[in-house]
Amino acid sequence: MTGKSKRLAVFAVIAALLSGGGFLVLSALQENIVLFLTPSELTPEKMTAGQLRIGGLVEEGSVQIDGLQARFSITDSAAVVSVLFNGALPDLFREGQGIIAQGRFEDNIFRAENVLAKHDETYMPREVAESLKEQGVWKGDSSK
Amino acid sequence: MIAELSHFALFVALIASCCQAILPLYGSLAARPPRAAWLMASADMFTVIAGVTVLFAFSGLVWSFISSDFSVALVTNHSHSAKPLIYKISGTWGNHEGSLLLWIVILVLFSMGLSLGRQQMHAVLKSRVLAVQGIVTTAFLAFSLFTSNPFTRLDPAPVDGRGLNPILQDIGLAMHPPMLYLGYVGLSMAFAFAVAALINGRVDKDWARVMRPWVSAAWCALTLGIALGSWWAYYELGWGGWWFWDPVENASLMPWLAATALLHSSLVVEKTGQLKSWTILLAILAFSLSLVGTFIVRSGLLTSVHSFASDPARGVFVLGILLVAIGIPLALFAWRGPQLVSPTQTQLISREAGLIANNFLLTAATLIVLIGTFYPLALEVATGARITVGPPYFDATFTPVMSVLVICMAIGPLLVWRSGIMPSARTTLTAACIGASLASLAALSLVNGLSAAAVAGLGLAGWLGISVIGDLLFRIKPFGPGARLQRLKLISGPVWGMWVAHFGMVIFLIGALGEGLFQTEVITRAKPGETIMLAGQEAKFTDVEARQGPNYQTETAVIDLFENGRQITTLYPEKRFYPAARQTTTEAAIRTRLSGDHYIVLGDGDAEKGYTLRLYHKPLVSFIWLGTIFMAFGGGIAILRRRPAIKTTVEPT
Repeated sequence: MTGKSKRLAVFAVIAALLSGGGFLVLSALQENIVLFLTPSELTPEKMTAGQLRIGGLVEEGSVQIDGLQARFSITDSAAVVSVLFNGALPDLFREGQGIIAQGRFEDNIFRAENVLAKHDETYMPREVAESLKEQGVWKGDSSK
Repeated sequence: MIAELSHFALFVALIASCCQAILPLYGSLAARPPRAAWLMASADMFTVIAGVTVLFAFSGLVWSFISSDFSVALVTNHSHSAKPLIYKISGTWGNHEGSLLLWIVILVLFSMGLSLGRQQMHAVLKSRVLAVQGIVTTAFLAFSLFTSNPFTRLDPAPVDGRGLNPILQDIGLAMHPPMLYLGYVGLSMAFAFAVAALINGRVDKDWARVMRPWVSAAWCALTLGIALGSWWAYYELGWGGWWFWDPVENASLMPWLAATALLHSSLVVEKTGQLKSWTILLAILAFSLSLVGTFIVRSGLLTSVHSFASDPARGVFVLGILLVAIGIPLALFAWRGPQLVSPTQTQLISREAGLIANNFLLTAATLIVLIGTFYPLALEVATGARITVGPPYFDATFTPVMSVLVICMAIGPLLVWRSGIMPSARTTLTAACIGASLASLAALSLVNGLSAAAVAGLGLAGWLGISVIGDLLFRIKPFGPGARLQRLKLISGPVWGMWVAHFGMVIFLIGALGEGLFQTEVITRAKPGETIMLAGQEAKFTDVEARQGPNYQTETAVIDLFENGRQITTLYPEKRFYPAARQTTTEAAIRTRLSGDHYIVLGDGDAEKGYTLRLYHKPLVSFIWLGTIFMAFGGGIAILRRRPAIKTTVEPT
């Protein structure tokens, strides 16, 4: 092979690898993004979108714990979502606390696979804080 | 008084680093010979002045923390008098201002290391590298002094501090950030060498030879820093995992991948003079990624456990530094790049080609992580939609690329520089194939229902492990028994380093696969007195006690672990309540053995309804960190056992 055709072959291989890799990355990205929504942003189409993250405050008086199963509601004060969760709740899970639940909808109930609340008492997921500000019910200190 | 003196010292350091940045460059570019030499030599003096003053300021800050001087705002906000000494010290860098100062300390330590070290290098190159380090130091000192002054006073001083976030009161925080920063900042040396080379307008083997130990050192520290962070997350967060594809983890992984690529590409420059432009680009990229890693994530742009409270002025400043750090070198590169021609063509079957493949794969892996980390941010800016990219994305993209890399890691070292492959390669690779098959078969017969990916992963570990050992054996094979030992001693440090580091990858793979594929998880609600089955062992939940720690109260579960009816240990998972910060943390109890860990987390509950307990058995998980220690150790051997330099008389212009 001459230098020129060899160089061409190398470029062809690199181009093929790059486009293959690009395709792999984009399709993986497409399949594995998890949409974050607040209860009031939920629409029937979005409820069937597969994996979701729902963020808001745990509604006062909504928590029922039976063994490992927890039922509670997430609210952003405009709408409410019922959540069913099987597993260990995080340390700072309590009524009125900002949390994120990840899972999917089945029969209009959000079945969470994971519930996140950070360790810091004043911590609020950024998305939750923003949506509460939009709703005009923000009470906290905005520097946090 | 100490705070004011330290603050003043930082200003002196700023002036010294300004001089360190400007005078040597002016000397080497514009001044006439006698004065030029004098100006270039002044780089050393200014480096030392900046270094000593920064160290003084940092000691002053540490002292303020140790002595709980609550008239310093930073101490009030991040410390508390009732805190163990070690956490008072480590609290110095558990916040934005202090960690920035630590960053600068490490920067000046590297500059002083180059300035005072006995490494043989050309005076012009040295003065220019120091000048670029001076520019970086100036930028960050200005950042610290004008947006993040750690020495701001409070008047009147409060009686006590607000305390350090309890989750940061851990030996992990004492070690993880300094080690990680050592890696991040070490890459500034690679950056400085790259920019100095662009100013010189030439890159030669000697340049690569002088730069490589610094890259290796940064790489080792980065490897250990990431590993420490992962270990800390594993035992402290109580989530039972060691890697979560969290934005900040990704931000440390990207410079690591780039630095790994740089380590290999600079080897090609040193040996054959090829890949010059690419190596320069990688050096700039690696340092830019570590800037991203340190600051963009900290600025709160990406939600994460790691973000400190943010301030828009800081974000703008960091963005400015980042744009300059990437923009100016790239402009220099556009100007000088065409002059950096490589001497010869690369043969398809050669060590160089193998290392190019290595760089291609590592760059692809870096891009994959970059996209996964910043895509959510870009999408939110563009459309307002808020999304997360989870582990499945990385499993689908990062893992295949790294698997190909592992396949190549076995073949690359068998290739010969310039052209060809070692005669022993066929035998070694056949043995590696057998090793791969055996590892896969063993896994299949031991465990039911393994996925194809799992079997392939174990095969890869076998493949790489056998090839490393095979390579080593064949290098000493043609010699007699006594001569073999002699031969082992003759093999150069970098080659030993490569074997040890590559073998570290094998150990790491064993750990990651063992933990990922064979772990057992039990989540249950139990009352004291009940027994829980975990992977063939019995865990007897005996009691829950209240205990008192130095600055916290606990609720501690007592769990006896039985194997075949014999008690092997008692574990005490606990929840801690820190009154100063009014926070609760979870402390997992872990029994660590090489064969695997038992890991128990106490959740909430009470004696009547029972407590939530999470119990894990994680086979081989320690191998993950053991593997990274091997990798870093390999890097260390490569630095310390380098062969003395071959004298060159090339004059950079």
